[in-house]
Amino acid sequence: MIGALRARRNVTAVPGLTGAWIAAAVAVVVAATLLGLAIGPVELGFASILREVASHIPFLSVSSPFTATEDAILWELRAPRVVLGLLVGAMLASAGAAYQGVFRNPLADPYLLGAAAGAGLGATLAIAYGGGVVAGRDLRPLAAFAGATLGVAAAYALGRSVGGARSTATLILAGVTVASFLTAVQTFVQQQNTDTVQEVYAWILGQLETSGWRDVVAILPYVAASWAVLLLHRRLLDVLAVGDDEAASLGVNVARVRLVVLAMATLGTAAAVALSGLIAFVGIIVPHAVRLVAGTSYRIVLPLSLAFGAAFLVLADLLARTIVAPAELPIGVVTAFFGAPFFAVVLRMTRTVAP
Amino acid sequence: MNRVSVALDGARVVDGLGITVEAGEWVGLIGPNGAGKTTALRAVAGLVPYAGSIAILGAEVSSLSRRAIARRIAYVPQDPVLPPDMTVIEYVLLGRTPHLGYAAAAGPRDVDACRLALARLDAAHLADRRLGSLSGGERQRAVLARSMAQDTSLLLLDEPTTALDVGAQQQVLELISALRSQGGLTVLSAMHDLTIAGQYPDRLLLLDRGREAASGPAREVLTEEIVARHYGATVRIVGDDATGLAVVPLRHQEAEQRL
Repeated sequence: MIGALRARRNVTAVPGLTGAWIAAAVAVVVAATLLGLAIGPVELGFASILREVASHIPFLSVSSPFTATEDAILWELRAPRVVLGLLVGAMLASAGAAYQGVFRNPLADPYLLGAAAGAGLGATLAIAYGGGVVAGRDLRPLAAFAGATLGVAAAYALGRSVGGARSTATLILAGVTVASFLTAVQTFVQQQNTDTVQEVYAWILGQLETSGWRDVVAILPYVAASWAVLLLHRRLLDVLAVGDDEAASLGVNVARVRLVVLAMATLGTAAAVALSGLIAFVGIIVPHAVRLVAGTSYRIVLPLSLAFGAAFLVLADLLARTIVAPAELPIGVVTAFFGAPFFAVVLRMTRTVAP
Repeated sequence: MNRVSVALDGARVVDGLGITVEAGEWVGLIGPNGAGKTTALRAVAGLVPYAGSIAILGAEVSSLSRRAIARRIAYVPQDPVLPPDMTVIEYVLLGRTPHLGYAAAAGPRDVDACRLALARLDAAHLADRRLGSLSGGERQRAVLARSMAQDTSLLLLDEPTTALDVGAQQQVLELISALRSQGGLTVLSAMHDLTIAGQYPDRLLLLDRGREAASGPAREVLTEEIVARHYGATVRIVGDDATGLAVVPLRHQEAEQRL
């Protein structure tokens, strides 16, 4: 309709996200969500889930087909976990895309500046010395969140003090420096407290076990703020693609854009890893897969990474909890195990694309 | 531009340079490697801090915001970055950046401005091609279209025709010349090729070690004696005002004898 109007008035459409891609993204997210809700030790059935959801919509006289137990499984067990998967997956993938844009480096991921090492150290300290729980509150998320944000802040400050605000290479080196140091401290603490190695290890490989809706509500504000800022910067990330100098000559305050995007991507990432642990790979393969099939402009890559990252992590979690049921695989193992071959297939099917 | 100096890493790369470019004029900056041509252009574009005064239409460059500078001055570096997977129209759209709000998206009007810029450069057919698939001449057109879309009064070009064959060189230079006479554009360009410098700009300014060594119309600046003194080259100047000058390098007599 809009396309036809534009064509008639001979006004050119702005290149960017097409309706077909938006529809595909919505369809994939809905399908992944339904699969995540339906499959488990107790099968719930798609039709029943849809009727159950419809029964909560006012003025629609649909009655729920579920028993009280099934209702609890859906709303108290599976739904929070699926929603957390959606949030974490979308956050890691969109933050990865943003990092790649800011650094103009295809290997950049949201952990590049020390977020993972900082979160790892924070969680390890909480597990080793805090016993993980103090006064009934799980300390790990708080410690991991603080570790991730402080780690990246330290890397940024170090990079800036040696002129890194103007050069991305310096900033990356500062990130590597800080990450190595934090990892060294984390390993030391872990070796000093061998009784908790198992728990630390499990945390580092990632998991989406939740204590219900409280966790989801806790990270939602950070994640939402992060997405709002990242999506507002998608056009400016395209401008950064021509390099700092030319972006500046086009009127962009490169250092400020870089700081704002990195800060907000890090904030969201820190909130995500605080609950999920260090889930690897999502921040790299999802944005790259999107670039390969849909285009390299950040006006396309950011929103689609968000959607496909959400769906990807929900499906990965579904595998993590069903393959060796009733036990669970760490989700980081699943994302790497299935993510890498998937990426290889996409790579073979299409041309090589750099951001 | 008045008594402008730029120091990079403590070395004075541009030293007390003064130049006035009238609206609609094309001035060529020439000089041997390391003379400070690129640095002078970057100072005008507000990309390096400078001492002295650079004014555009009465406004001091260093007092303007990035965005305000970008609305007045378009800068094309010697080796522009062309992301290979970006389409030409997406690339030209980047030129609209200074005219858009911080987080605003480009609208149909911006796209139309870009299509117009491409059409003026005879490059409308390139719009949906990827930058990586373009020839040297086509790339240069895409870059020029981006700076046209920026809609500025001053265009800074650093070696606009390096790495182009002689036909593509001529096309690009004729285009710049035409844009200038039709669109009232003012051009300041750094130039390596002295023959081109002798044919296209209205005036030349010869830089040597950051200082002005000579300036004026081509026939006054491009003399065999001046080129020998500042470039250390033996050349013959041929042609006249009607055809434009050509600078022909000659093999060194001594070197020839020694061989």
